[in-house]
Formats: sequence, C-alpha cells, structure tokens
Amino acid sequence: MSHAISMTVNGRSVSATVESRTLLTEFLRDNLRLTGTHVGCDTSQCGACTVHVNGKSVKSCTMLAVQCDGAEVLTIEGLANGEDLHPMQKAFNDHHGLQCGFCTPGMVMSALEVADNNSDPSDEDIAKGLAGNYCRCTGYENIYRAVKAGAKAMGS
Amino acid sequence: MAKHVGERMKRVEDGRFLTGRGTYTDDISKPGQTYAVFVRSPHAHAKIKSVNVDSALNVEGVVAVYTGADMAADGVGGLPCGWQVIGKGGTPMIEPAHPPLAVDTVRYVGDAVAVVIAETKNAAKDGAEALEVDYDVQPAVASAVKAMESGAPQVHDEVPGNVCYDWELGDKDAVDKAINDAHHVTTFDLVNNRLIPNAIEPRAAIGEYDPAGDNYTLTTTSQNPHVIRLLMCAFVLQIPEHKCRVVAPDVGGGFGSKIFHYAEEAVVTWASKKAGRPVKWTSDRSEAFLTDAHGRDHVTKAQLAMDKDGKFTALKVATVANMGAYLSTFASSIPTYLYATLLAGQYTTPVIYAEVKAVFTHTTPVDAYRGAGRPEATYVIERIVEIAAREMGMDPAEIRRKNFIQPDQFPYETPVALTYDTGNYQASLDRALELSDYANFEKRREESAKNGKLRGVGLSCYIEACGIAPSAVAGALGARAGLYEAAEVRFAPTGTVSVFTGSHSHGQGHETTFAQLTADRLGIPVENVDIVHGDTDRIPFGMGTYGSRSLAVGGSAIVKAIDKIIVKGKKIAAHMMEENADDVEFDDGVFSVKGTNKSLTIGEVAFQAYVPHNFPHDELEPGLDESAFYDPNNFTYPAGAYVCEVEVDPDTGECTVEKFTAVDDFGNLINPMIVEGQVHGGIAQGIGQALLEGCVYSDDGQLVTGSYMDYAMPRAEHIPDYNFDFTTTPCTHNPIGAKGCGEAGAIGTPAAVINALTDALRVAGVDNIEMPATPLKIWQALNANKQAAE
Repeated sequence: MSHAISMTVNGRSVSATVESRTLLTEFLRDNLRLTGTHVGCDTSQCGACTVHVNGKSVKSCTMLAVQCDGAEVLTIEGLANGEDLHPMQKAFNDHHGLQCGFCTPGMVMSALEVADNNSDPSDEDIAKGLAGNYCRCTGYENIYRAVKAGAKAMGS
Repeated sequence: MAKHVGERMKRVEDGRFLTGRGTYTDDISKPGQTYAVFVRSPHAHAKIKSVNVDSALNVEGVVAVYTGADMAADGVGGLPCGWQVIGKGGTPMIEPAHPPLAVDTVRYVGDAVAVVIAETKNAAKDGAEALEVDYDVQPAVASAVKAMESGAPQVHDEVPGNVCYDWELGDKDAVDKAINDAHHVTTFDLVNNRLIPNAIEPRAAIGEYDPAGDNYTLTTTSQNPHVIRLLMCAFVLQIPEHKCRVVAPDVGGGFGSKIFHYAEEAVVTWASKKAGRPVKWTSDRSEAFLTDAHGRDHVTKAQLAMDKDGKFTALKVATVANMGAYLSTFASSIPTYLYATLLAGQYTTPVIYAEVKAVFTHTTPVDAYRGAGRPEATYVIERIVEIAAREMGMDPAEIRRKNFIQPDQFPYETPVALTYDTGNYQASLDRALELSDYANFEKRREESAKNGKLRGVGLSCYIEACGIAPSAVAGALGARAGLYEAAEVRFAPTGTVSVFTGSHSHGQGHETTFAQLTADRLGIPVENVDIVHGDTDRIPFGMGTYGSRSLAVGGSAIVKAIDKIIVKGKKIAAHMMEENADDVEFDDGVFSVKGTNKSLTIGEVAFQAYVPHNFPHDELEPGLDESAFYDPNNFTYPAGAYVCEVEVDPDTGECTVEKFTAVDDFGNLINPMIVEGQVHGGIAQGIGQALLEGCVYSDDGQLVTGSYMDYAMPRAEHIPDYNFDFTTTPCTHNPIGAKGCGEAGAIGTPAAVINALTDALRVAGVDNIEMPATPLKIWQALNANKQAAE
C-alpha cells in the first residue's frame, strides 16, 4: 500500500508517495539522496542512522517514513551553516573524534542531544547519551573530548 | 615553509565525513542499477539436491536468478588463497575449491547458493525468500579440535581428517632438551576466542559492465582494490586485468575484514554483464556476521622453561587454528608466519618450537583481523610469562626485565626466523610503570578491598612484525604476491601536487598524514597536496592497507617518488639557471647553486617543466611526474609496554578496566594525534576481545552470536582512563624511520587485561579465565572456588 507523505527535512518541505514498509532511513537515503545518514545494523543497535525528529534523536531505521508525516526532520546534512561547521561538528574535527566517518553522522546527532540536555556533560552523561551508538575505530576516548567541547561551545 | 611532520594537524578528510558528504559504496547509485540479494544456506553442512529458480523469477520485479551451476557453466573459477604454507615433511597445504556460489554442497551457515537480481531491493528480498532450495542436511562440526577427532564430519572430501596443514617452526629437539633440563616449566593451555570484526560499514559491491569498451567496473568496500582486481580477473572471472577497474571509495572501517576477495564482488561483476545492468549488493548486519571473515580462534598448549633465576631457556607451543569452511585470501599465513614467528616476543629465549595445525570446520572462513596472528602470539607469551612470574615468586616486571633483548643486541636474530632491527624494551616498560604508578599499586588494591572490590594489575610487553613485507622473504615463506607498495607524485603546472598511493585509507587519515609528509619533503604548502587512493584507474598499482604497513611501506614509496621528483627538478633547475645539475642543491622547496645567489622555487621549476619552450629534448624531458615502487628490506618491529588495572565486583562478576597505560615505540611519528587515535581504537578492540566479544557456534554449526543482540562490542561506557606516552627507536631501514601503529592496541591489550583480572582473582584461588571474561564466567569461577572451599 502507498501513502502520500510530507515533511520538513533540514528546513526544506518534501512530499513523496512511499510504501507502508518504507523506513525513515530508506526515505532519507533513497528518496531524498541524503546519504549522510548511514545504516550499520538491522537490530537498532549501532546508531549510525540517528537523526532528529521534532527535536528528539531517533534511530531512523526504527521509524517508518509514514510516522514522520508532518514532522520536522534534521539530518547531518542540515547542521552546518554553509561552509561553517556546527560547533559539535567542529569539536569532532578539533578532537579527532572520528576515523572512518561511518558512525560519525549518528554519533554527532546523538551528541547534539547530550549537549541540548547539558552544556557541561559528565563522562557518565556522555556514556549514557551515546549508549546507543557504536564506534569501532576511535575507542570513544576522543569522542568524549569532542562532545564535552562541543557542548561547551554550544552553551556559550 | 612551515614544517608539518610531528604536528597534530587536524584531519583534512573530516569535513566531508562530518557534513554527510562522504561517499561510501552504498551511497553510490548507477543509472539503471539492479539490486542483488544472496540466498544463503541456513544449514552448516548440506548437499544441494535442487534449486528451483522459477519460484523466484515469478516474483514481480525480479530480473534474473543465478546459481553456482550458472557460474560454473561460464567457466568462473574459485576464490584463491594468496599464501601457500608448506607443512611438515614438505607437504603443501590442501586447497579445496571455493566457488563463489556453492555448486553441490554448502559448508557453513551463510554459504551462498544463488543470487536474486531485481528492480528494487525489496523485490530482490522477496525473490530470495521465494526461491526454493532442497537440502539434504549433513552432520557438521564447528570446533577445530573436534574436527580432528576420528569420525568427525568431513568438510571437504579432498581433506581427510579436515587438516589443511600440519606445520612447524623451530628446533624441536633443542626445545625438548631444554624443557627436560629446566629448573621450572610453566605450562598454560588457552583458547584465543573467535572474533567477528564488525567494521560499522557493512560490505557492499556494485558491478557494472560497459559493452562499448568491454570494460568492467567494480565499486567495493575494500582495503586493497588492486589486489581485488588481480585476484578476481586472474583467478575467478578470468577477464583481462586492463579491462577491469576496481574502485574502493570511502570505506567505513576494515580491521582486516575488507582485505579479502569475497564471493559477492565476483558475483556482482560477472552478473552485471550477464544481466546487462549494473548490479548492487549491500550486506545487512546479519549477513555480515555470517559472511565477513572472522578472526582468531586458536586452541593452544604452551610450555615455558626457565632456569633458577627466571631466565627463559625454551618455549614450546602447539596450536590448533580454525580456518572455517574454506581458505580465505590470506587465511593460511595468519597462524603461521604472522603468529609463530612472533613467539620470541621481546625476550632472548634461545630456542623455540611451534607446531600449528590448521583445520577446516563448518563455519565462516577465518582470516586476518586487526593484528592477525600477532595478538594470538602476544597472548601466549605475555600470559605464560605472567604466570611464570607468579609461580617463581617474582615480580612480573622483574622477570620481563631479566629476559629482555638489550638495546646493544640489535639487530637481533630470533630463533623463529625474524631479525628485529631496533628497539628498547626496558625503556618502554620503565616509562609505563612510572606513568601507571605501579609502585603504589598495592595501596590501590587495599582501597578497592575496603570497598569490597578485587583489584588487579597486569602487564603486557608486546612486539609485532609490521610493514609487511620484504617480497623476497614473503615469497620464500609461501606468499604468492610481492608485498611492496607503489606511489606516483605528480606536479601540475601551477605547482599543486597530487600523490597517488596504493595504500588505502578507511579511517587511518592518510589524506592528512601523507600530505604532511609530502609537503615537508617538497617544501610546499600542505594545502597544495592532494592524496588520491582507492581507484585502480588512477593509481599505478598497490598492495593496499593492512598489517600497519601504510606509512612504513606506502609512505616510503611516496618518499622514493619524491626523491625522483627532486632529481628531475635539479636537472630542470640546472638548465634554467645554466648550471651543472651536480651543483644544484634542494632544500625546503628551493633549488639553489652553491656559491652563487641563483635559486628557483620548486613551483617555478614545475611550471617550466610543463612549459619547456627551450628544453634540450634529447637531454631533458618535459613534465614533473614520477612513480616509485618501494619494497622494504625487513619488517618493522613496533613494540611497547601496557599496564592494565581492573576492578572486579565479586557479587556480580563484573570486571571494569579502571586504568590503562600504554607506552608504544612506533619509531618516528608524522601526526601524533592520529597515532594516538589508532592506539585508542586498538585498545578498545583489545578490551573487547578480553571482556566482551566472543563468537559462539552451536555444535552443529549454527552461529549463536549472529547480531548485535548477541555479540557484545565495547560501547562508550566500557572505556577506561588512558595514559599514553611514546618511546622512540626509529626504524633503521626505511626513509621515514616509522614502524606502524594500527594494530598495536589490539595486539598488546588482551593479555594485559587478563593478567590484571587473574591477578585480582588470585586471592580467591582463580588462576585463569578464558576470554571473553564475562561477568557470568568470572562469577562462576569465584563461586566454584567458594563452593569447593565450603
């Protein structure tokens, strides 16, 4: 069965007709060609597909596109202001919080929610906030540093 | 010009990754592409009685279905193994055929039987679901030890007893004599747990055939596109190599698992011609668990002999290594030349004997995973040395000091075929002990005890052979390829530089590190350098990235090409300045002539090279573009000392890493920030192996840990406070003095963690816990001893 849906993605209004089973992540990647949102697993555990829906972080592999009808969606592509990186993106660059880059979009989107809740997050806050995101490259050490610095920059 | 080598320069590749502009294979769509889904065996061992493709072809949107029989009919060959191991008595390993799609027998859960190609991914999935395969299920065996027992199910008819090879290294008689004469012999039996690499980007491949030029393009998640092209063209598809382009774009982590030539790459390439459309396949995570080559899986018995002072006199090791169902690309070399050759560790043990049996089982093929053989060797040595210290009543640091190869003994020839060029093991250990405040550990142990916790400390002094490899040595040991690296350095007329490297970056930051190296050597701004990798059409050749080889071998190839650029530049500068080329010097981007005030920048020389209005063409060619192949003279030998402190909650069995100190000697560093990042990641994977990760098969070959629900990897919460430092003994035989840093963390860490854990549990009478040391295992060990005591 097909459904006509509309939503705002990174500030842009989009409309499409999708199958019932179309996941938000498929809609973003295949329909809108926003391929910054990645798919790293099929059990909702890696977090590479994390985006924001109506201001809350969600795993876009675990949400149907039709559930986002009328929603505001923010993906990694919508963070930077032109060529100026968002403070959290800049913090990941400053602190070498990424290596292969595959988990990075989801990690940054989860980190943003950590920072939204607390401009001075503790290690425990960060561990809890990133509990749904796997990174296989960095050993997380520099991600902690990046999230702290990013949260601070966002708060100032 | 500002110097960049040694600078913590921020990575140039980050911009695209942080803004969602990276281009990974699954992000690429080709016009008219179709989608492939593989039909995989749910059985570990079965005969294929029949495959009914019509049931799939009837599904709406399905374009084609191909089976192993179709590939065989087209003359497609098997996936080759790149390293021939010669066993005892000169008996070569047995190499059973490995068809990309199974023909009459499936040998592990996930072995592909057919591929369904459709207009959409969902149609391909529906078609794969509809396809009917009639199996005659056969008995299966998952454990390598059980596979050697008489009466065990046979994986391949041509491999009776399932033993691929029975190989040895070292002087058995001398070792047996030393063990017989020893003051004390420590024995240790261990399992090195099987791991599933789990790069976060699942594998993907797109095959594309262009009939206009009879050309194939394969876009794939590979660490070494040229090697894939060679193996696929020469052995599997038997197509001319110059008609095939392999592109490995941004790749989301590899850790070894993306070195190998996989069946899916050959199938989509072959099918793209057959179907007349591009064919794209993207693995999902469940498929990755079943089909990405696994790592480790050793069962080992070891004996360490010593004299009354704790000086090692011999080491004897017998290992059974699980190969899985087929020989993956480099599988045979991992438990032999990357394992047994490292068993000397950092010590002067005079005689060593190792015996390795490689065994086929009905499981996913096993091959290199971060460290590849060297973590297994380090685990044997550093665990048995720690146990020996406990048995001898010596401090674990002291027994190591007593046995270290000393700085004045280099180059040092080990009894297991390697010659270490340089090192200072005592310096690394001393620094690690100082940084970790080892001297005051007992106070921290008491503090933990007051809180009802058991605290332990463990050391691990690892060595690895990296910079793989001198082709002559590798060839003598059975490698079917050379292991050099290639590079091309090309000036554009306006003075910018493109460096084409055969190394491949999938997280290592080559675009930054290699640019730093190049900018300094040429004396040009770093932003004028672009690093190009991952495309067989753009790069002369390449052996790729694995074995911590990119800087030591790939970087050295770049340096060699730069040296040729400077030689050529001197000739051009000499012509321009009307001087003799022998009198031209080059320093920091400027060509000058001794004793004169004549000088030219390399930018001016590059411009003239492309605007050669008055070149004497019989003496001087236009252009400034040089390529080089670098074949190392020896391996490099990164080494270091790790100190781990853990705390165990005896009520829950939970073990937390409280403090981790790493002092590594990687030789000269180009970008310490990137190097530290590599060590962080390696240590996390080492902690994963020690405490969390363990691949489990049921006895009949079903993968029990087949998803992130069942296979635990480190998350942010599992990471301790790190203390880092470096000691430096530059590599003596490459122009950078670098040794490589990618695998050290994964190599040195597991033994440090388990040594710490078993130190913590000693008070409760527990002397060993197999990896992964989960809370359940630790709790059970503590309680078994408690019950026994009651």
